[in-house]
Amino acid sequence: SYVIVALISSCVVLVCIHRVRSCSSIRFIKSKYVCVCDKSALKFSHQQRLFRTSAVSCGQIVQFKLSDIGEGITEVTVKEWYIKEGDSVSQFDSICEVQSDKASVTITSRYDGVIRKLHYNLDEIAYVGKPLVDIEIDASKGVAPEEDVVETPPMSHEEHTHQEIKGHKTLATPAVRRLAMENNIKLSEVVGTGKDNRILKEDILNYLAKQTGAILPPSPKAEIIPPLPKSEHVAVAPKDKARKIPVPVSRPIVFSGKDKTEPVTGFQKAMVKTMSAALKIPHFGYCDEVDLTQLVQLREELKPLAQIRGVKLSFMPFFIKAASLGLLQYPILNASLDESCQNVTYKASHNIGVAMDTEQGLIVPNVKNVQVCSVFEIASELNRLQSLGSAGQLGTNDLTGGTFTLSNIGTIGGTYAKPVILLPEVAIGALGKIQILPRFNGKGEVFKAHIMNVSWSADHRIIDGATMARFSNLWKSYVENPASMLLDLK
Amino acid sequence: MVLRSSLKNCLQLSCVLRTPKAGFRSTTSGGLIIQSISNDIYQNLAVEDWIHDHMNLENQQVLFLWRNSPAVVIGRHQNPWQECNLRLLRQKNIKLARRRSGGGTVYHDLGNINLTFFTTRKKYERMENLKLIVKALKALRPRLDVHVTDRYDILLDRQYKISGTASKLGRTTAYHHCTLLCNADKFVLSSVLKSPYKGLKSNATPSVPASVKNLFEEDPSLTCEMLLDAIAEEYATQHQMDHHITLINPADETVLPGINNKTKELQTWEWVYGKTPKFSINTCFSMVYKDSVLDVKVDMDVKHGRIEVCNIDLPEQWLPPALCSELVKSLTGSKFCPSETTTLATTLLRVCPQDDELHSRWNLLCENMLMLM
Repeated sequence: SYVIVALISSCVVLVCIHRVRSCSSIRFIKSKYVCVCDKSALKFSHQQRLFRTSAVSCGQIVQFKLSDIGEGITEVTVKEWYIKEGDSVSQFDSICEVQSDKASVTITSRYDGVIRKLHYNLDEIAYVGKPLVDIEIDASKGVAPEEDVVETPPMSHEEHTHQEIKGHKTLATPAVRRLAMENNIKLSEVVGTGKDNRILKEDILNYLAKQTGAILPPSPKAEIIPPLPKSEHVAVAPKDKARKIPVPVSRPIVFSGKDKTEPVTGFQKAMVKTMSAALKIPHFGYCDEVDLTQLVQLREELKPLAQIRGVKLSFMPFFIKAASLGLLQYPILNASLDESCQNVTYKASHNIGVAMDTEQGLIVPNVKNVQVCSVFEIASELNRLQSLGSAGQLGTNDLTGGTFTLSNIGTIGGTYAKPVILLPEVAIGALGKIQILPRFNGKGEVFKAHIMNVSWSADHRIIDGATMARFSNLWKSYVENPASMLLDLK
Repeated sequence: MVLRSSLKNCLQLSCVLRTPKAGFRSTTSGGLIIQSISNDIYQNLAVEDWIHDHMNLENQQVLFLWRNSPAVVIGRHQNPWQECNLRLLRQKNIKLARRRSGGGTVYHDLGNINLTFFTTRKKYERMENLKLIVKALKALRPRLDVHVTDRYDILLDRQYKISGTASKLGRTTAYHHCTLLCNADKFVLSSVLKSPYKGLKSNATPSVPASVKNLFEEDPSLTCEMLLDAIAEEYATQHQMDHHITLINPADETVLPGINNKTKELQTWEWVYGKTPKFSINTCFSMVYKDSVLDVKVDMDVKHGRIEVCNIDLPEQWLPPALCSELVKSLTGSKFCPSETTTLATTLLRVCPQDDELHSRWNLLCENMLMLM
């Protein structure tokens, strides 16, 4: 509520109490601005409020009537309740949404109190001038005034627009500017300690502290440090930048966050199912390092050709084709074990799944019949699956029938992984990120190599380590020397 | 002739937060006309939200002009499944948005202009606004037969709807917005606004279908820019202000702090679909499978866009009952949404016997279920 607390003390012009109320269903943020100048005054009034509310046992019940909507409208339909009986409300909180003839109206509370009764159910007709809800008001407070009375702040808000010091624009993020504005601070008067004299949140807080004499808690680094530019060299931490170790302050640490429990549905539910089932499979892992130097060069040459044909060429089509060539030699990796573990089915088609990370979660569409597809065709199909995937429009056909899976977790990061096999398959490969590392060539010279790690997992019930190792070596040889794929292409 | 200029000089001041004393000094008084440089429906709706929440309209009213790339916009309390062909929208990449005002569903594209009149709650007056538009149109083309109906529509030639209206009232401010068809794609409009979904029962606000026509069809010399200018000019005259349109960038946080959060919220599934009032689906469909026709009956209750109750009636033993009940269990609590249903259905296939016959039956059932969404 707009409670006017005019406290006169040494350096105070308190204006109004900041209230931010977020409603869980709509996330309706109505923020009135804050003008805090004397922290102790604010503290006092807070304490007063707390005292008042806790002392109340039963207050006066007021019938809050539906006020005039305008245009001579007398009845509306209640479309959504934002509160329920027993909820506490503050003045100006949203109570419900009503609709009348193409107009949607948000009804807000005139009082602080507790909702005791809702006079209408959803979709019922409510009448203007008749009670909408019953609110129990704090006995000591009485009915809040209708009009908002706000004292004028010490300076006009125009001054916030021109944030210039001596002709230079002051640097500050919008969040910092807002903080300054809310506290009626001229950015020109704040000393910036950030890069290029940028004003940081701490600078505003320090400024405030000096003004009010209050000791403000040290705030965590508010500015987001921009990520280091992608360097081709192994990152080395600069020695001159002293790492800031947070100093513990001797005050009670108050954390008002609450645990949030939600049911597992949709994508998560699907994950729970697949992963729980995968547990039954005894996994074994096999990892190796691959030198992609030649492939990197080949792709650079072929990328523009694919582009001309309208297809974006990544490394995946090569990895997928190489996997299929390997599966021709080791078909047991493209098989499926039945539930009773009595029969192994060797799948004729190489439908290679590609794990995709979408907004909703993990999905694994597959490229069908890779054994008869060219690298270009695979690339084209991948493009199609990727755009459908990001639009959430993959069909059942694209998501079923997979026989072997590759997961390119390296696009996000990481080197080695321990992938989980996706039923009903028996093997999966996870590809780490490509790093440029020094390696020795045949002549004993050091050269720049493009290194990627691959981590395979296989079903140890029917796949043995040797088979996996040989498949991996074959795959590795194709990928390290792409020209050799030409020999075995069908 | 109307001048356009950057917003920085005009808007950020007073309007940033509501104060009765506007520290606002500018060349305009009584009114402000702004035009969005964006054609993104979510960004533009966010601007409306922002002005509604943050601007002080005591001493000045605001007219907001905007246009969008293809989008279907449903009213606050409507059911998108009831109102439009969601499958077609997805196929054609047409966005779906839910606005905060009431009223019915409209189709926007660049041939349609949107006008929003912001006033204080007390000064909310839709008829006046619509009459202003009609006056502007007549000033532009005196022979146009346009008039306002008592349902707050604007009709051309007494027959064709060229404008639909909706509004939002808050505690102290209100806005009334309307569309105006200049040169929109009527073919796409009629195909996307036809819902193919059967068996829906809901208390959501239904739209009232109407025959529409473009002003361009009546007079091919008319363009959206001309209409916008004419209306802005009339507004400026009526509010005794300079003929000046300020351009606004809906992505600029420095001018509109907090706008990007509003834009994001309007795009969330929870807002667009989750705000649909509770509804139920009771329908049946036939599936053709290898020379036989099967009838399937589906009953679902959907609340907050999620399947609360689900019942699928299949011919006995056509699919293993255990698998069917797994499907029903998975669907319960999930979003009533094709991508989520597809994921669930395909995942369930992974953990059941690898039988081609079973797979093709399963896929057939799922494809048909998806048609309901």
